[in-house]
Amino acid sequence: MTSPSPETLLQTLSDYVAAQIMKQPGALLSPHEPLISSGLIDSFSLVDIALFIEATFGVRIEDTELNRDTFDTLDELASLILSRRQP
Amino acid sequence: MKTITQTLLEAYHETPDAAAITLLHSQAPDQPLTNRALLEAAAGFARSLDEAGVAPGEVVILIEQHGASLVAAFFGALLHGAIPAIMPFLTEKLSPGHYRKSLEALFAITRPAAVITYRQFFAEVEAARAQAPSPRAILLSEEAPAWPAPPAEALRGLNKPPEEVALLQHSSGTTGLQKGVALSQKAIFNQIASYAKALHLNATPQRQDVIVSWLPLYHDMGLIAGFLMPVLTRTHLVLMSPFDWVRAPYRLMHAVTRYRGSLTWLPNFSYNFCAQKISPRDLESVDLSSWRAVINCSEPMYWQSHQMFLERFQPYGLRPAALATCYAMAENVFAVTQGGIDRPVSVDVIDQHKLLSQQVAEPAPLSPTSLRMLSAGPPIENTRLKVVDANGAELPERCIGEIALQSDCMLTGYYQRPDLTGKAFLDGWYLTGDLGYLASGEVYITGRKKDLIIVGGKNIYPQDLERLAGEVSGVHPGRVVAFGVVSQEAGTEEVVIVAEIDPEQEDRQGEIARQVRQRINQGSDVALRYVHLVPRGWLLKTSSGKIARSANREKYLAETAS
Repeated sequence: MTSPSPETLLQTLSDYVAAQIMKQPGALLSPHEPLISSGLIDSFSLVDIALFIEATFGVRIEDTELNRDTFDTLDELASLILSRRQP
Repeated sequence: MKTITQTLLEAYHETPDAAAITLLHSQAPDQPLTNRALLEAAAGFARSLDEAGVAPGEVVILIEQHGASLVAAFFGALLHGAIPAIMPFLTEKLSPGHYRKSLEALFAITRPAAVITYRQFFAEVEAARAQAPSPRAILLSEEAPAWPAPPAEALRGLNKPPEEVALLQHSSGTTGLQKGVALSQKAIFNQIASYAKALHLNATPQRQDVIVSWLPLYHDMGLIAGFLMPVLTRTHLVLMSPFDWVRAPYRLMHAVTRYRGSLTWLPNFSYNFCAQKISPRDLESVDLSSWRAVINCSEPMYWQSHQMFLERFQPYGLRPAALATCYAMAENVFAVTQGGIDRPVSVDVIDQHKLLSQQVAEPAPLSPTSLRMLSAGPPIENTRLKVVDANGAELPERCIGEIALQSDCMLTGYYQRPDLTGKAFLDGWYLTGDLGYLASGEVYITGRKKDLIIVGGKNIYPQDLERLAGEVSGVHPGRVVAFGVVSQEAGTEEVVIVAEIDPEQEDRQGEIARQVRQRINQGSDVALRYVHLVPRGWLLKTSSGKIARSANREKYLAETAS
């Protein structure tokens, strides 16, 4: 897997959340919008997003990390993924 | 009849070192609580309540994270003869303002003498207390040390009359919190006796059951099947937090493997959730052969969910015969029926068209237009059940009507709500609001008469969601409707909001939808899935001018089907 640019990464994550979790494909999400603390990503969807990230970017997020202390916005999630990808 | 206090004392004296509950944590070692540790910790809470001036028969609200302290505080209130009620704690998504309103609603109806909570949450409770007439005391769980070797006579629940109210069980939301199901010790013990018999619980000394649960204790299934029944029957309970399970469903499989779990209760969505969301890597060395019953309960059950679960976990030792079903409600303490224990769950194939058009369940060959109904099993021994029409007259087999119950484990009433209690009964029969039919003595649930949404086993009242949506600027209160639609993929209902907006608000649609979503997500226990904004005049009303939920649901489904 080649490293995606931060912009592509953000777009991929945003598309996923809008289509699969909000069921509103095409909805625009700001990179700084709170997702977990706002309830937009509810607890039932946290495992989905972790599985999606692992399948798409090869990065594992542990279940004990699935809370807003690890990430709350798309921007924070993208940074987390980039920091864990093998160089 | 023994009291709960006597039962706990017997376990304390006879098998002090046996594990009553093993608590599992995601980031700490497993924590066994022996009968001795549990009783002494609970007695510490009983003593604190006594010192705080709480009298037996008064309500004590528990707001605690899932864990040892919640377990001990609950039994502590019972040992004192007080009436415990568990309030879900504030999760990270809920708005503190909405949570406080719920708390105030709960205080207003139950008039608790005390709240037991943890230090970090003290200020929240204090703030809600300022608005409501009670409670008198707020106790911190950190400040209730265990009471080693408590004298039995100091426990004021010891001789509590069995008919008095022992505990309250609430469903969520403003509406649910005002409708606390009050249960007596007599009802609880009668339920446990009948239900344990239906399950063949701990059938022989060689075959002792182990119950593994991730269910929250504020839910009736978690409170009875996943907490009180195991402790009161001395069945080892392995308990994990719902917070941990939902993030790592594989932990349930690991717990069953490690402790040789034999019984687990799950709402239907969990079958799909476990089947879909566990990576094979997390299933290495999992062995589910000890499971003798995985019991589907507390929301509509689907044959497809059972199949999905079986296909995924049969390679890990799950036996097809372990799949079981149950129909239950807090008003009967818990179980009404039990299926799949003595023989596999019956599957009734019926004609879908005749079900909808003629309200009958006619057997049909399997085809794209037939429905595979999962039986909930026959009623448990102490519960009588009939299906009635709109006038309360009993219907024959295979006719769809409302399920009505009689048992020796019914609720005492909705706490402090004689108005609601009166409405719930007709000629001594409790009207469940659930629709279904009987065939060969077994119960099949087909739907609901009441407007209620069940998401992941949680009861959600649509009026609470409609009120929240109506608070958004651009949405008019009274011109919004909430309902659930079944998702076959998720195995449960998903919440839909349809709201009318004015023509001049057209260009604010995206913003309004976002705010409706946010308001519901932060003000309720569910995540809103679909927001459907429509022009003025779209919503169908009844002749009395009320929004008709089911008619609007049909209209929405027709409109979005294309």
